[in-house]
Amino acid sequence: MELLSGGEALIRALQDEGVEYIFGYPGGAALHIYDAIFQQQAVEHVLVRHEQAATHMADAYARVTGKPGVALVTSGPGATNAVTGLATAFMDSIPMVVISGQVQSDLIGTDSFQETDMVGISRPVVKHSFMVKSAEEMAEVVKKAFYIASSGRPGPVVIDVPKDTTDPGYRVPYHYPESVSLRSYNPATRGHPRQIRKAVDLLLAAKRPIIYSGGGVIQGNASEPLIALAKRLNLPVTNTLMGLGAYPSTDPQFLGMLGMHGSYPANMAMHHSDLIFAVGARFDDRVTNDPKKFCPDAKVIHIDVDPASISKIIPTEVPIVGPALNVLTELLTVLEDRLLEAPELLDRQAREAWWAQIEGWRRHSDFDHDQRHRNEAEAIIKPQTVVQALYRATGGDAYITSDVGQHQMFAAQYYRFDAPRRWVNSGGLGTMGYGLPAAMGVKLAFPEAVVACVTGEGSIQMNIQELSTCRQYGLPIKIINVNNQALGMVRQWQDMQYAGRHSGSVYQDSLPDFVALAESYGHVGLRVTDPAKLDETMAEVFSPALRDRLVFLDVAVDQNEHVYPMWVRGGALCDMVLSKTERS
Amino acid sequence: MRRIISVLLENEAGALSRVVGLFAQRNYNIESLTVAPTEDATLSRLTLTTLGDDQKIEQITKQLNKLIEVVKVVDLTEGEHVERELMLVKLRAVGAQRAEIKRTADIFRGQIVDATDAAYTVQIVGVSSKLDAFLRAVGELSILEVVRSGVSGLARGEKVVSA
Ligand SMILES: Cc1ncc(C[n+]2csc(CCOP(=O)(O)OP(=O)(O)O)c2C)c(N)n1
Ligand SMILES: [Mg+2]
Repeated sequence: MELLSGGEALIRALQDEGVEYIFGYPGGAALHIYDAIFQQQAVEHVLVRHEQAATHMADAYARVTGKPGVALVTSGPGATNAVTGLATAFMDSIPMVVISGQVQSDLIGTDSFQETDMVGISRPVVKHSFMVKSAEEMAEVVKKAFYIASSGRPGPVVIDVPKDTTDPGYRVPYHYPESVSLRSYNPATRGHPRQIRKAVDLLLAAKRPIIYSGGGVIQGNASEPLIALAKRLNLPVTNTLMGLGAYPSTDPQFLGMLGMHGSYPANMAMHHSDLIFAVGARFDDRVTNDPKKFCPDAKVIHIDVDPASISKIIPTEVPIVGPALNVLTELLTVLEDRLLEAPELLDRQAREAWWAQIEGWRRHSDFDHDQRHRNEAEAIIKPQTVVQALYRATGGDAYITSDVGQHQMFAAQYYRFDAPRRWVNSGGLGTMGYGLPAAMGVKLAFPEAVVACVTGEGSIQMNIQELSTCRQYGLPIKIINVNNQALGMVRQWQDMQYAGRHSGSVYQDSLPDFVALAESYGHVGLRVTDPAKLDETMAEVFSPALRDRLVFLDVAVDQNEHVYPMWVRGGALCDMVLSKTERS
Repeated sequence: MRRIISVLLENEAGALSRVVGLFAQRNYNIESLTVAPTEDATLSRLTLTTLGDDQKIEQITKQLNKLIEVVKVVDLTEGEHVERELMLVKLRAVGAQRAEIKRTADIFRGQIVDATDAAYTVQIVGVSSKLDAFLRAVGELSILEVVRSGVSGLARGEKVVSA
């Protein structure tokens, strides 16, 4: 057997795991590992400018490829800088492996230089963590970490690596295990057949059913059977913020996103439904509003790979624990069998009545038909129209990453995602600073794809240093800065709940010249302020001439715009504010 | 409602901190907690008592099960079970108090496990409410120090919790 040092074994194990990129930043405790990276080509290291960005790149790489992303940081401050990225991935169930250097074993616990208890600090925001005890166990720990990160309900895993376990002077036989089994970890692989039959019965009996699907359908590659089910039973579909793209947004059966800033028809249909078919979604508080008032007439079928997500917030009639793909596929088979023996179970009349009701809500208020957000008097660009212009310029076929704030909600509402894994944003943690590194991770995963980051001037400044990384690795992503010169979402809440007292949400003319800033990093900077020029400038961003350049488009938008619909706090899903003057 | 939850845990460094951390992080309460190795050296057994309604306990059990190092979780209070707690109490014992404490300890089937001129240490084993009752019986004034083990328990009959 080949003899490798612990550091070499770590990198070889990553190769054996099929890892393409390590996003990282070096430091003392990680230097043996960095030396092992230097001596091979199979895994490429991408040097970031801040460890947080490394974790977001790894996370976004995982979101679009489905393969775990890998980040490498040093001990102490390197490790603590990675915590936000771990929490971001944890909240959205993203498979990721973060390797942190650690001080050598005999210094642990002595408050040595750059020592921090990474396993302890990260514990609440990881699926699991390991501290490597010896070079001998390196390969096995890596295998376990990847297995845990990517199976069941995925999530980030930390491998904390004391420097002595990577010592180049100490070599051990290397063997990468084919598989690992953990007696205490056996994620469900299929749903219970009896529960699936019950779900089919409920679906067929329902008069006003609706599909509510989330990120689990995307992570679980279950888009296809979900669409098949919706088509077979002519069901309306709504997606969570994390689930966008799992069902094609341009399909007539799609009602839009639901929740706090969900569409009027989606929220109304949920509220009035008699059956919620929930899959890979977790009834998060930004979806349910007050759980006691949530969808009063609805029974719930809930499919999730994580049993702890079921009946956590909303009681469930039919819980089904299992991966969305297998459960939905089996459910379709059972459904076809039932319809074969009893075709009359398909109640077309009830479904037509339900759709008639939904169409009524659609006519009342829908993003597509809505004139509320058009560029009034053509004097100032409305942020919504920026996303619409982006959609037109990219033919709806781009990977869109986003940050957090109003621009994120506008992107979710107005970009129509027709395929899974195209919409990349921090839904659960709401991490400002996610968008730019995320776009970089996506671009590295798919160099030929068009990748745009819809951001705000607040969020982009949280990881703007990565423009330098983009320069180093030649990452021609497109940054669309929806510049409202304020922490817009915060200001919106202050407008709505604090009588317009803008405490800590404005910058008093201290923003940088983003065009000059982008140029100083060697990129292309553009600015647009005139609504009449929006489309042509957007087209320029995506023009063949700028194909290989990073373009930073700074768009001056209306500062006073709010995101609508916005639900009424503490209300039901049907209680919405539709504009500055209108309520549901 | 008070529940006794029994957990089989991989006997590994850091495993216990994940269990305790989970309770803190999710705002679950822990009334008592005991942990020690079992007949299988790779496993520890942890018994904790907590308060909560059915929904809360279901969540606690599910969340515990999600921890990678947790091998098995059982709510002992769901079925018939035996539970015991051990308590050591150091009591002021002078003059007439000495006989009185001895008598009370006998009633509770306690044992005096240490004695000096001025103090007795009494050991009591039983369900937690019996331990509480003993403390009430001897009265606050004479109590110098109390240490309790926390609850341990097993299901009645042949049923076992194993990996
Ligand atoms: C790291 C972090 N800090 C604070 C917040 C709270 N927060 C949510 S939205 C927002 C404003 C975002 O401003 P900007 O990026 O300009 O977006 P806009 O709402 O103006 O479109 C803030 C501060 C957050 N989500 N993340
Ligand atoms: Mg802003």
